[in-house]
Amino acid sequence: MFFQDTTPDTSSYMILGYAVFFIATTIYLISFFVRSRNLRQDMSMLESMKPESKVMESKATAGKMTAGKPAKAKTSKPKASASKTKKKK
Amino acid sequence: MQTKPIALKVLDIASVLLLAVATYLALFYAPTEAVMGQVQRVFYFHVPAAWVGLLGFIAAAVAGIVYLVTHDQKWDIIEMAAVEISLVFFFIAIVLGSIWARPIWNTWWTWDPRLTTAAITELIYIAYFMLRAGIEDPDRRARFGAVYTLVGAVSAPITFMVIRLFRTIHPVVIAGGDPNAQGTFAMTGGMQVAFFFGLFTFTVIFIDLFWNRIRLGNLAAKVEQLKLNITN
Repeated sequence: MFFQDTTPDTSSYMILGYAVFFIATTIYLISFFVRSRNLRQDMSMLESMKPESKVMESKATAGKMTAGKPAKAKTSKPKASASKTKKKK
Repeated sequence: MQTKPIALKVLDIASVLLLAVATYLALFYAPTEAVMGQVQRVFYFHVPAAWVGLLGFIAAAVAGIVYLVTHDQKWDIIEMAAVEISLVFFFIAIVLGSIWARPIWNTWWTWDPRLTTAAITELIYIAYFMLRAGIEDPDRRARFGAVYTLVGAVSAPITFMVIRLFRTIHPVVIAGGDPNAQGTFAMTGGMQVAFFFGLFTFTVIFIDLFWNRIRLGNLAAKVEQLKLNITN
């Protein structure tokens, strides 16, 4: 090291160093985007489940309220279908 | 996730451009060091990566203190973002240092005070994520994490100062002059440009990644809250 006449060829180590840097950075960025995409998918799925759960909750509460009078709940559906057939005509 | 702010988009683009320029300066603009040869160019990314790593660990400790005072979950997200990014950069710094050491010290690794403290720091912050993974209660997890980063941050100034306080073979390029150090060199004009531009670039990249990671953390918190709302 102290008595060398020429500059040593250490270019392979330099290439290795920069390759490691760019590969590690790319892997981190990919993991970042994958996590971000997964979370966005989870978010949209959970948001789509949110109204469903609300509907289920409202159905359950409606079921509780009309438990003693099942006839009323049944009669409401044919009315709607009757109005639809009228519209078709 | 909300749409990205324009400032963050600008920062993303600026980071990529700055990294391209920093790479050019390091590989082509800076002159070749006469004694070490081309491998010395690793130094232009090694030091900035270590700088960003230590900066993030200190930032995490500050966020930890603020969390302990305010008990606001957003500071926990900020703390975790800082630790994660710093962990990646500090790992890169250690690996680049090892690659540089192979032709200069004739070994990939030696238990020099700087290398030892750097390895301990990295392990401390890997353990931080293991600790967090082991606690389910979010408040408890955040509290433990905050105290841990506070204690762990002590390793950052120790790692920085160790080559100035103890006998070591690690070179001190800035304000150094230890005769025992192997691989020390004097920076010329072109080298200084590449070095300081690298420091600036890595700081901008850190800010950009930090911002993006905080947004990701906020999104994760929202998803967790939604899951809790649906299951309850």
